[in-house]
Amino acid sequence: MSRILGPDDVRRALARIAHEIVERERTDGLVLVGIADRGDHLAFRLSLEIAKIEDAEVPVGVLDISFYRDDIGLTAEAPEVHETRIPFDVTGRTVVLVDDVLYTGRTIRAAMDALMDLGRPRRIRLAVLVDRGHRELPIRADFVGKNVPTQHGDDVRVMVTEVDGEDGALVQEGSPGPAFRGAPAVAGREESA
Amino acid sequence: MNEHLLSMHDVTAEDVVRILDTAESFREVGTRVIKKVPALRGRTVVNLFYENSTRTRISFELAAKRLSADVINFASGGSSVSKGESLKDTALTLQAMGADAIVIRHSSSGSPYQLTKWVRGHVLNAGDGTHEHPTQALLDLYTMRERLGRLEGLRVAIVGDVLHSRVARSLSFGLVKMGADVTLVGPATLIPPDAPVWGVQVSHDVDEVLPKLDVCYLLRVQTERQRLEYFPSVREYARLFGLNRSRVGSLPEGSLIMHPGPMNRGVEIDSDVADLPQSVIEDQVTNGIAVRMALLYLLLGGRGESGEEVSGG
Repeated sequence: MSRILGPDDVRRALARIAHEIVERERTDGLVLVGIADRGDHLAFRLSLEIAKIEDAEVPVGVLDISFYRDDIGLTAEAPEVHETRIPFDVTGRTVVLVDDVLYTGRTIRAAMDALMDLGRPRRIRLAVLVDRGHRELPIRADFVGKNVPTQHGDDVRVMVTEVDGEDGALVQEGSPGPAFRGAPAVAGREESA
Repeated sequence: MNEHLLSMHDVTAEDVVRILDTAESFREVGTRVIKKVPALRGRTVVNLFYENSTRTRISFELAAKRLSADVINFASGGSSVSKGESLKDTALTLQAMGADAIVIRHSSSGSPYQLTKWVRGHVLNAGDGTHEHPTQALLDLYTMRERLGRLEGLRVAIVGDVLHSRVARSLSFGLVKMGADVTLVGPATLIPPDAPVWGVQVSHDVDEVLPKLDVCYLLRVQTERQRLEYFPSVREYARLFGLNRSRVGSLPEGSLIMHPGPMNRGVEIDSDVADLPQSVIEDQVTNGIAVRMALLYLLLGGRGESGEEVSGG
């Protein structure tokens, strides 16, 4: 297992993404929506970073996409559900979706469907900490922390202090052994999601 | 989780926590303008009701619809049952039509279990005879946890006709499983003789129990059974066990009044008591939809057997 991002890399990447968001999107009408259960923490951090740059408080919501996944009924157990908490109306807003890893794009497809059920955003952008390639849908990220070339069988895991006790990203090469697959930190949600 | 939900004995304490946590997410869905998610799109849920029911059937129907499942309502009146079709043949017919889950209410205890022998889909017990009503117990547990913040150590009295009450059985099993302290209250004729085996206490004096409660759970007096003379008169029952204004005063502050419905106002509960702020009877109904959504989602949302995970993304 090799480390591709350390705590400082994560901090710098988030600061840079915050700058890019401020540069490209107007902060009025801007909201961040993090996908549970790593993207939400990244979204809160991005909001703090943006507050350092601009005199703007960007609201943050948490989105759980379990009910919108395309593999319900295909996994052994029903996907673990997290709370959705979006304390604002997304209609007319610029929504920046925030997730830890962009892989097949299926999570983002589900997230966009979920958002559309909550209202009619003016635009949706995508920010991810790690883009590992291997898209299965025509989806790309607008803001990327780090591009990481991977093999299809690799496992990429992003860690955030709030959940895992430290910030960083790990890659496990080749087809993962059961010990890694079953690790508690990834239970219920594939880190590839 | 077990493949079916027939009894509260089918779920572990961990399962209960998972069901209630999942239900919390579905409560949020119920507050949206669009109260529907695509989770169970293309699945078929059959409501097979051999007994009258308003809230449970509608609750299950709404739950399945909010998950985007297709729902078939089947009531015994106006169906082939009135032409004499057996439960087995009805079940096999539904099976042949591809039902993914069957929600059954039946006057015979054990019929949901019997159904699992005949069909491949998931079976959910929506009340069978005097046996169990596990989804009611789960929505009650949800309501208690939501209002009081915990289940462990809660002092709950279940008052009334426990003997004939599938709600009381399921709720007692569930509460004991979660570490609550349960007292069954009622006339001796309406307390099941095997109650001590459930891990609960028994009392025949409601006034002695009320001051020590977190939850006072009232059961419907099944007046249709009154001809069997379990107690002298409905009026006497109301006087000895009914929750009236003066009795409410002896309940500790912050305690809840619950009832599974339908209520006999003026018998087990006084009309104005049912409308007090501490009475959470309407919450129970609202929570019932979320809890049933959680159950359908957890039962139908997995493949049902362990095996290799399909790659997500």
